Amino acid sequence: MDDFRSRVERERAYLLRYASLQLRDAHAAEDAVQETLVAALAGEASFQGRANLRTWLTGILKHKIIDAIRRSSREAHAASADEFDALFDERGHWLELPAAWPDPDAALDQKQFFAVLELCLGRLPQKTAQTFMMREHLGLETDEICKELAITPTHCWVLLYRARMALRECLNKEWFGK
Amino acid sequence: MILSCKEVTRLVSQGMDRRLPFGRRVALRVHFAICDGCTNFSKQLKTIRESIARLADRQES
Repeated sequence: MDDFRSRVERERAYLLRYASLQLRDAHAAEDAVQETLVAALAGEASFQGRANLRTWLTGILKHKIIDAIRRSSREAHAASADEFDALFDERGHWLELPAAWPDPDAALDQKQFFAVLELCLGRLPQKTAQTFMMREHLGLETDEICKELAITPTHCWVLLYRARMALRECLNKEWFGK
Repeated sequence: MILSCKEVTRLVSQGMDRRLPFGRRVALRVHFAICDGCTNFSKQLKTIRESIARLADRQES
């Protein structure tokens, strides 16, 4: 028993890195790992006979991560998409017409541009960033994202809209000099 | 259907994630023909998509 406990404990750092990458929130990652370790110790019997402890633990952790994402998406739901309404007048016209970005192709060849892009991504709320990266970086379809995050398609589109609006404003300000 | 610029921004974003109904696509075309601001906006969102794709390439190499 003690032996199993210390073997599980030795995987903590690995699990924490894994959870942090997915959740981008140190507290949530810590909680998910803690829940995983508790579940693992309680479920020692169901591990018996399996080849790889790390794989087994990671499997449990994945469920805990999805639970955590669901919880935070329920919280995020309260926020609305209306934060960008301030860009428009009451009839829905631009208060300030978007100007063309000068030479975007050249920007995409510059290392500094990507540093700015990462800075802008870092400023997105966690949930918004996560949804956006699942869509644009991992190339998932919205119905897959909805299922994974347990949100409605409408909520998913709202999050993607917010991400694009916020990135656009950030790049405008930090790179395209507006 | 007459769209406001605000509605256009939402539809442009949604159009990157699903195929819009025919009527919406036509309404967007009509709007772009008369609105430089929304045309620029739409190009900017494409640039953002392209930049994330490149970001992924850079991380892999």
